[in-house]
Amino acid sequence: MNGSLVGSYVVPVHPHPLLVPEQNEGWGRIRAAFDEARDAIKESGADLLIIYSTTWPSIIGHQIQADPNPQWTLVDQDFHDLGSMDYSFNIDAEFAEAWNAANHNRGLQSRTVAYHGFPIDVGSVVALKLLNPDNAIPAVIVSSNVYANRSETTVLAKACLDVIKKTGRKAVAVTAMSMSNRMFTEFIDPSDDRIHSLKDDEWNRKVLEFLEEGRLEDVAQLSRTIHQQIRVQKVVTFKPMWWLSAMNGNRNNLTGRVLAYEALHGAGGAVVQLDPTSTGMGDKEYDEDDVEYYRGERNVLDAEEHSTESDEPLTPQTGPALWEPPESQGAVNSKAAPKPVGMYPHARQVGDLLYLSGVGPRQPGTNAIPGGPIRDDDGNPVEYDIKAQTRAVVENIARILEEAGSSMDKIVDVTSFLVDMDRDFAGYNEVWAETLGHYGPTRTTLAIRALPTPIAVEMKVIAKI
Amino acid sequence: MTELAPTLMAKGSIVAGCLAPHPPHLVYAENPPQNEPTSEGGWEQLRWGYERLRESLSNIDHDVLVLLSPHWQTYVGTHFLGIPHFEGLSVDPVFPNLFRYNYDMNIDVELSQAIHDKAKGSGLAVKMMENPDFRVDYGTITTGHMVNPAFDKPLVVISSNRSTHYYSVEVMQEMMMELGRVTREAIEESGKKAVILASNSLSHRHFTTESEVPEDMSKEHIASHAMHLWDMRIIDYMRTGQAQRILDEMPEFTEQAIAESDGGGLTWLLSTLSVPNYPAILHGYGTIIGTGNAIVEWPCYAHEGDAQ
Repeated sequence: MNGSLVGSYVVPVHPHPLLVPEQNEGWGRIRAAFDEARDAIKESGADLLIIYSTTWPSIIGHQIQADPNPQWTLVDQDFHDLGSMDYSFNIDAEFAEAWNAANHNRGLQSRTVAYHGFPIDVGSVVALKLLNPDNAIPAVIVSSNVYANRSETTVLAKACLDVIKKTGRKAVAVTAMSMSNRMFTEFIDPSDDRIHSLKDDEWNRKVLEFLEEGRLEDVAQLSRTIHQQIRVQKVVTFKPMWWLSAMNGNRNNLTGRVLAYEALHGAGGAVVQLDPTSTGMGDKEYDEDDVEYYRGERNVLDAEEHSTESDEPLTPQTGPALWEPPESQGAVNSKAAPKPVGMYPHARQVGDLLYLSGVGPRQPGTNAIPGGPIRDDDGNPVEYDIKAQTRAVVENIARILEEAGSSMDKIVDVTSFLVDMDRDFAGYNEVWAETLGHYGPTRTTLAIRALPTPIAVEMKVIAKI
Repeated sequence: MTELAPTLMAKGSIVAGCLAPHPPHLVYAENPPQNEPTSEGGWEQLRWGYERLRESLSNIDHDVLVLLSPHWQTYVGTHFLGIPHFEGLSVDPVFPNLFRYNYDMNIDVELSQAIHDKAKGSGLAVKMMENPDFRVDYGTITTGHMVNPAFDKPLVVISSNRSTHYYSVEVMQEMMMELGRVTREAIEESGKKAVILASNSLSHRHFTTESEVPEDMSKEHIASHAMHLWDMRIIDYMRTGQAQRILDEMPEFTEQAIAESDGGGLTWLLSTLSVPNYPAILHGYGTIIGTGNAIVEWPCYAHEGDAQ
């Protein structure tokens, strides 16, 4: 299957356009923009709405709503006098569970929540009630982790894309967020609403100018600066742009449209549409690490002796058991390399030569496979990224060589094994040229039927010490 | 008659002030009938601390609990629950696996309104919350449960204005000192005996992972040594009657310990107690997913007139 993102939207989180659009002309225009976005989403044929909400903070990784039909009456903590918001949503619990599994596969901490009475946040409620009032399109909602950095947020998006592609969905991504989020700290008459300060207004207009030009990745790269300039610190950050940009392949040539920009009790509220169709303006450089797999601070519960990534559980969820590499004569074993799937060392030194056991892309500690596995737990083939897998193989080789006191430039000979030569040779060859090819070892590439774990590439290396 | 009541009544008073943090883990660990999830215990040091606090408060006559919760976060002014009765299901949005609590509580609307009116008169932005569909925040419920699980005394519940993050700790302190002052005045004029509860932890850096068994105490410890040092420094000030030093160091403490005092509860508490210069009683200290939590009581009833 070949799913894709068919559209993206930025929408505000305040309840005013939902509850009292008639009280202020600007709130009414935001409501009209929500209505326009609703119609465009319907027309796009989307079969999934994905909400990333800044008003659902989480601490323990990300949380994904998985109650198929959450129902409640929400009252805003600040604007309770505007009224109550009854809701009953159509949540795609199956997608939520698959996304959660994909998160784990990419090294993220996450969980699904499916509890009666779970308090769905105001940003999600406003978005879903206005963009999907008849619940015709199933939705998922993900929290905004207060500690997440760009890497974690990017990987969260990539895991989501894994599932979209795998399930063939036509998805729309929505970030529920403010532009500037500084509200008036006193009560105001609705007719007096305006953006809190000229500075906030100018920043908002610059950000919206970028978005209207389709420069989403530029906004994502400016996210930290924007947060410092026009955001109330700690309340929520501008990280949804990291997620949205990663959902769109970190592009700058989307087709953007600002449907409305107005004040909501002083904060900047905008409804923005981002169409994946290229403007033809040419993409810009993506200058941050394109991380595939999250390897950040995740072992804090282990009080003793841990590095950033080597103390994860050893037992894989599926596949062969992992072994402690034996300490036989001449053996070289690295804690920074993935555990073997049998009783053999990572490498063995004989004289001044080092013979490496077959090296795959599995990650040390977690056993996850960058670029995704080639088949799911049921053995069904799934989409994967051969280039990401090949890069991970090279990284693992480098770690083992380093442990042995050798290095990449001392590699003499490589034998590579691909499980699908037709599909993967070009991608594998490209990464080879960028990495090992520079050092000039001899190479033999073989097509084989299978490898012990669901990976597409493995390399056997001989190097000098 | 109503208008004359304050002058005819005995003067009200604050009989105790407490730092009473609200981690839902403590309710989860107690397995009360109101909470749906069940546990094998955990966080005993803190739960035993709450036992000691409950025992202490049971010996002090009081009519009402006045509570400020950092998990009713308001950005536009300070709000007060303004309806006599609330009941419903509270599910913690961060730890729904631990806290799904059926609550049933009464509000002292008269006292709430009195504090609200005085705060408004002194220039603070305030609002009464009178929407019957409103769901009470889990911080209020957790602290309310741990202090008085029967919920047989009415509460005044005050929101946490986020002025620290809109402005600075200094601005927050100015506002909370004033809110504390008018809270004390309103209580005194009400003729009621009140216990004050600031529902916040101290250092507040969480772990970002959860152990498979949440109550696995082999995994529990303070997030970092720096957090421990800050917690002990603040507790030492509490135990030695140096509340003013806590206020003086609040900006550094709040920033460096990422402390939940950012919500204003601790400053408000110390202000209601007229910045006490007598020792507080430490009933317990412990960590919860890395954050520092202290259960502390200022026994005001024994020190009337001692404050600065």
